[in-house]
Amino acid sequence: MNLTLKIWRQSNSESKGKMVKYNISEISPDMSFLEMMDALNNQLIKKGDDPVAFDHDCREGICGMCSMFIDGEAHGPDRLTTTCQLHMRKFKDGQTITIEPFRANAFPVIKDLVVDRSAFDRVQQAGGFISINTSGNTQDANSIPIEKDDADRAFDAATCIGCGACVASCKNASAMLFVSAKVSQYSLLPQGKVEATDRVRNMVKQMDQEGFGNCTNTGACEVECPKGISLENIARMNREYLSTLLKS
Amino acid sequence: MSKMDSKTPKGALSEKWTNHKSNINLVSPANKRLIDVIVVGTGLAGASASATLAELGYNVKAFCFQDSPRRAHSIAAQGGINAAKNYQGDGDSTYRLFYDTIKGGDYRSREGNVYRLAEVSANIIDQCVAQGVPFARDYGGLLDNRSFGGVLVSRTFYAKGQTGQQLLLGAYSAMNRQIGRGKIKMYNRHEMMDLVLVDGKARGIITRNLINGKLERHGAHAVVIASGGYGNAFFLSTNAMGSNVTAAWKIHKKGAHFANPCFTQIHPTCIPVSGDHQSKLTLMSESLRNDGRIWVPKNIEDVKAIREGGLRPTEIDEENRDYYLERRYPAFGNLVPRDVASRAAKERCDAGYGVNKTGQAVYLDFSSAIQRYGREEAHVKGLDEEDKLLVNNLGKQIVKSKYGNLFQMYEKIVDQNPYETPMMIYPAVHYTMGGVWVDYNLMTSIPGCYAIGEANFSDHGANRLGASALMQGLADGYFILPYTIGDYLSADIRTGKISTETPEFVLAEEAVRVKLAKFIHNKGEHSVDYYHKKLGKIMWNKCGMSRNEKGLKEAISEIKSLRKNFYKSIKVPGKVDEFNEELAKAVRVADFLELGELFAKDALERTESCGGHFREEFQTPEGEALRDDNFFNFVSAWENNGSPSESTLRKEMLYYEEIEVKTRSYK
Repeated sequence: MNLTLKIWRQSNSESKGKMVKYNISEISPDMSFLEMMDALNNQLIKKGDDPVAFDHDCREGICGMCSMFIDGEAHGPDRLTTTCQLHMRKFKDGQTITIEPFRANAFPVIKDLVVDRSAFDRVQQAGGFISINTSGNTQDANSIPIEKDDADRAFDAATCIGCGACVASCKNASAMLFVSAKVSQYSLLPQGKVEATDRVRNMVKQMDQEGFGNCTNTGACEVECPKGISLENIARMNREYLSTLLKS
Repeated sequence: MSKMDSKTPKGALSEKWTNHKSNINLVSPANKRLIDVIVVGTGLAGASASATLAELGYNVKAFCFQDSPRRAHSIAAQGGINAAKNYQGDGDSTYRLFYDTIKGGDYRSREGNVYRLAEVSANIIDQCVAQGVPFARDYGGLLDNRSFGGVLVSRTFYAKGQTGQQLLLGAYSAMNRQIGRGKIKMYNRHEMMDLVLVDGKARGIITRNLINGKLERHGAHAVVIASGGYGNAFFLSTNAMGSNVTAAWKIHKKGAHFANPCFTQIHPTCIPVSGDHQSKLTLMSESLRNDGRIWVPKNIEDVKAIREGGLRPTEIDEENRDYYLERRYPAFGNLVPRDVASRAAKERCDAGYGVNKTGQAVYLDFSSAIQRYGREEAHVKGLDEEDKLLVNNLGKQIVKSKYGNLFQMYEKIVDQNPYETPMMIYPAVHYTMGGVWVDYNLMTSIPGCYAIGEANFSDHGANRLGASALMQGLADGYFILPYTIGDYLSADIRTGKISTETPEFVLAEEAVRVKLAKFIHNKGEHSVDYYHKKLGKIMWNKCGMSRNEKGLKEAISEIKSLRKNFYKSIKVPGKVDEFNEELAKAVRVADFLELGELFAKDALERTESCGGHFREEFQTPEGEALRDDNFFNFVSAWENNGSPSESTLRKEMLYYEEIEVKTRSYK
């Protein structure tokens, strides 16, 4: 395959960026998108140019490190897929592909396609946990039976990989899907109910402080989420938040 | 040559850990506040250790090279975590988990460590459930289990095919709680560049901020290395792209002995290589072997027809399939340990029966499982068990609920539907049993420097059983290191803050600066990947699934000359003081180029076959590994003397008091 790539280049957080055009040939349809980027970078290094910086690590669709806004979609045109699991067979020979970073006020660009998503960590630090000691002196794991359905739904919420595709896809750059996935995981489990009130209040407060936008229920986040995190989680978090307000 | 002392406590095996905990020195809560601990790496071991140390009251500084601690490669572990809970009532016990692990490791691990691991395993599950880790449950609301290779009980706890993710997010949440309290200071996108010793003790590290390239000095009273394994020495492996040996190698160069580097696990079920562009390999969880049956065609004509595209695997009748694991190992069948399964696949492919265009693949087939589950489900629902289409559909749903995400991942990569046609798999480098040598307290041969999780060598001998890596990572981090480190730190309560202005820190930082500048200013012609791929090819061809004297000697000289060429002709674009991934990669590959040589040297010296280390010269007439317990019943701990060829071997003899050392048999 021969492709034309239009890629966002920005040397650091201070500098202004711009789109730059590259041609690349001999791309196999069996390559992953990131392997295509590797090929481009090898080409650039050979010529003595600066390779394109992008985040990636596990290349198995689970670490959440890869990002990229490809042809107007977070993680590209395929559904339920991270960029690292996207394969070139989804593109056509001769196609032009536009590649940008995940854009949001809360995700400043570090270099080229690399953005700073540490705001997500800070939201988790504000309450994304159950306050128990790690001494191992807890009750036996089977002492609290949990309905299979609840356990399965908690698991579904917990599969969020924290990549930020939801934020990048939202016209308001809202982080509601991300935050609600964590809130839901714990609120569906008996262990998490004890501090549910504080958790949702603190996490939402931090989310607002980080500069994420408001949710206007467009549902774009759900469509682009590589793990299929459901909008139901947002509804559940809204209920939790409302009941917190009523209690206080 | 002096022998290594494991410092394993005396007394009965089952009482060692309890007695040891009761007798070691403690640090009072007030004094813990005066003590700083550095943890490098935030996978299961590093994250759990950071969280527990902080909770105990120590001031923790944690480092990871990723953009968040949640991304460490433990996240990719799929299948599960072992624990001797005996929830299934199938006769499991601490002793049985201990025994299976020692046997699985081909009698090359330390009894005391392994027993302790089995002992704390049950507690890990309690801890994780209390943290809100959503393990799979049955309809009664209790925790579900499945089986993994090399054992005859169901002791593996799981969260679909994402167990590592859920456990790591659990440990990450515990870390977050402590970061929020200010007890952990987290440094994302930081890479450890060197260890700093003061008066022979580990007192800090030099790091590079990967965003702006700045070098930083960090002082502490102890340094914990939890940076994972070195499988990426092979270039292609199931490790993450950034997984590296640098932190472990730097402490080795500063005096920590490196143990059993040749003990590397080649995992039997990975997606085969598709071409030269390949950047990494993807694992298909061992849990698939619960239900998938492995086979190749019995007749060579069928193999040819398949490779040429004239025959589909589903068109081959039962009697013309060779379920070679079931044939060779009737007792364990498809659930033999990983090293055995990998070698058996290689044997068939070498004999010419491999499928795929490359001839380097075997089938993993779910059709029997789909039928079995389908009929069971039809029976439960009172439907017609003879209705083939119905049974097939019901069966697929059950298989989907168990392995859905793995099947989806396979389809994305290979572009074939594994519900309709068997998966193709081939072994790939996955885990390294070898690593930094540690004593019973998990301390390396440098005072105050510890190694935990995959980074150390301690518990898996020559072969790790499935679902035991997660267990070991969390056992080390949550329950072992936080106790044992106190014994050492109790002598440090009056030391006071470690200054980073001393000559030791200044010199260490300067050495790193010089090394980085050399890379940038070298006017070479080849990229880092060029060298990494070359090293990977040598490792895979000559230090891979089977090894021999001639190949290993060649590997040593080839790696040496490759390393020489690397420093002469490497080309690293950009500058030091900026985001520069090529530079970060150059530093890591430089260390792989040294480790690779030590790896080959270790494999050459160990003239026996055991676990993942298979020397062609030492095998039984049936092609099974032939151990030499008279000469090699020891851990090889390599002492650095400048370069791998000058490293000297120091032995830690292994003593088996509790169990009888036998020839491993899964027949």
